[in-house]
Amino acid sequence: MPPLRIVIVAAVLCAFAAVPIIATVFAQPHYLTVLGRVLIFAIGAVSLNLVLGHGGLVSFGHAAFMGIGAYAVGIFNAYGIDNGWAQWALGIAGAGVAGLAIGSISVRLNGIYFIMITLAFAQLLYFLASGLTAFGGDDGMTLSSRSTFNSLIDLNNQVVMYYAIFAVLLLFLALTHQLVNSRLGIIVAGIRSNEVRMQALGYPTYRYKLIAFVISAMMCSVSGLLLANLTDFVTAQYLTWGRSGELLIMVLLGGMASTFGPVIGATALLLFEEVASAYTDHWQLFLGPLLLLVVIYAQDGIWGWLLAYEKRRAR
Amino acid sequence: MDWALLAIQFLNGLQLGTMLFLMSAGLTLVLGIMNFVNLAHGAFYMLGAYIAATAYRASGSFWLAGMVAVPATFLIGVAVDRFCLRRLYDRDHLAQVLGTFGLLMFFNELVRVIWGPAAIFAAVPTSLESAVELLPGMPFPLYRLVILLVGLLTGVVLYLVIAHTRLGMRVRAGASDRVMTASMGLNVTLLSTFVFGAGAALAGLAGYMASPMVAVQSGMGDPILIMTLVVIVIGGIGSIRGALLASLLVGITDTLGRVYLPVMLGAAFTPAVSNALSPAITSMLTYLIMAAILAFRPQGLLAARTG
Repeated sequence: MPPLRIVIVAAVLCAFAAVPIIATVFAQPHYLTVLGRVLIFAIGAVSLNLVLGHGGLVSFGHAAFMGIGAYAVGIFNAYGIDNGWAQWALGIAGAGVAGLAIGSISVRLNGIYFIMITLAFAQLLYFLASGLTAFGGDDGMTLSSRSTFNSLIDLNNQVVMYYAIFAVLLLFLALTHQLVNSRLGIIVAGIRSNEVRMQALGYPTYRYKLIAFVISAMMCSVSGLLLANLTDFVTAQYLTWGRSGELLIMVLLGGMASTFGPVIGATALLLFEEVASAYTDHWQLFLGPLLLLVVIYAQDGIWGWLLAYEKRRAR
Repeated sequence: MDWALLAIQFLNGLQLGTMLFLMSAGLTLVLGIMNFVNLAHGAFYMLGAYIAATAYRASGSFWLAGMVAVPATFLIGVAVDRFCLRRLYDRDHLAQVLGTFGLLMFFNELVRVIWGPAAIFAAVPTSLESAVELLPGMPFPLYRLVILLVGLLTGVVLYLVIAHTRLGMRVRAGASDRVMTASMGLNVTLLSTFVFGAGAALAGLAGYMASPMVAVQSGMGDPILIMTLVVIVIGGIGSIRGALLASLLVGITDTLGRVYLPVMLGAAFTPAVSNALSPAITSMLTYLIMAAILAFRPQGLLAARTG
């Protein structure tokens, strides 16, 4: 019997892989949209976790990078360019440049100051987006077409769209796993636990934190590229600070110390919203205190709980 | 240049600044003394406004509404501190941000359950409806003037309490070294609960005074909370004087930007473009100041040493 957490990871991934089949069998095509959205936020949370969980940098502004990705699709679309290669390349590069600019100032700061400056930069970009009324501003803009990739993949097919999102998530999980166990990942983890000691050992900690931040920003922009395509819609609301907060919640809820935790967190949070909002309009009345309880009593998230359970069973 | 208009806009900016000061004074103390990030602070502003608007409707007396709203937010603050947030004091900032984010969500939804989703509008009390002529040809709404004076008065009282009373001395001691203060035999836990309640009451006071001027609705505290965070970072975390300075700076920048930026941009762009751009640029200006402060002087304009 493999460890329980391996079983859980396999089960979750298999369940996600089976969603299009279930949606077809039960004739519920909207499952694809709902769970596609879950996967997109899982991608965003996995990207955020690279700096948050592994690097200890509490970024309260990752929605900005998601927004940059979404706007890369939206702005190109508004000018009649649907070429996915161009949209995606510029979206990711744009997030890289923004991440470099924001990160080069932010990662010098620690603690509450890092939280606040990432929030400030994200708000800057939010107000920029809401001022761009030519591209919808706060009201948003409906896209005339999804990204096209020659005849390679047809994102207009909802099942293809779903599996494209799923493939990106799998790719990012593998990438994160590689990064975390690479030289960069180990140094960044060292900085998280004791930055002064890493400096004393001769590591240029600023540079390593900055690299991690830029990679995380570029990965996060991909979730925005996918979100714009899935919803056929772009709005400044993608960049609000509440959105950045939700990403943080997903990571914490799933468990920060792991690669797969954020996927569980995003799934748990968004499915809770989906199910609870079917029963009551006032589901936030229950979600708020639930979050508070998780923060107070289960600080290692669902993943941490799994690990503790395994340990207890092994004894 | 129309100097009378500039003077009136300057006063409007001061009035926004004093509101921000009421919000930030409490938050900066909580952050300074307890090293605690409280995103739920905007909820106290909202609750103050809701309670005041309801009490005003029920009693017809605006003063009575204030006498209800401010103590009520104090008690809510104390209860929240005692029953929820106490457990987060020793945790990292991430846990505090997320815990209070949950609390904010709860309160935003709670007011929707109690008062319904539609916004409530409260009227300015008739005795304060008129305008006063500060200078010949320069009328200014009396109600805004009252807010300005109440805000400034609160600032003076806060300064006197913190700088010149035994209670204030204890608060300052707690801010500079919590553990040391506790080992000198002071009940820091009780002290911080009191400071938390007082901060909530100040936010409630701001909400009460804002209630006749804005739509009282769920989530009304969120934008002002973010602005308050900006203010306390610019001013220097834990510093009351810094909070005052930064509040006025942000209030005036924001107000003047909203009025004069469309005019300036109007020279370069069509009216439609400049009207759309200028609120965005004004808002961005505030965050640019904050980013610049954090990049070059992270301790803020007035670093907290003397409170």
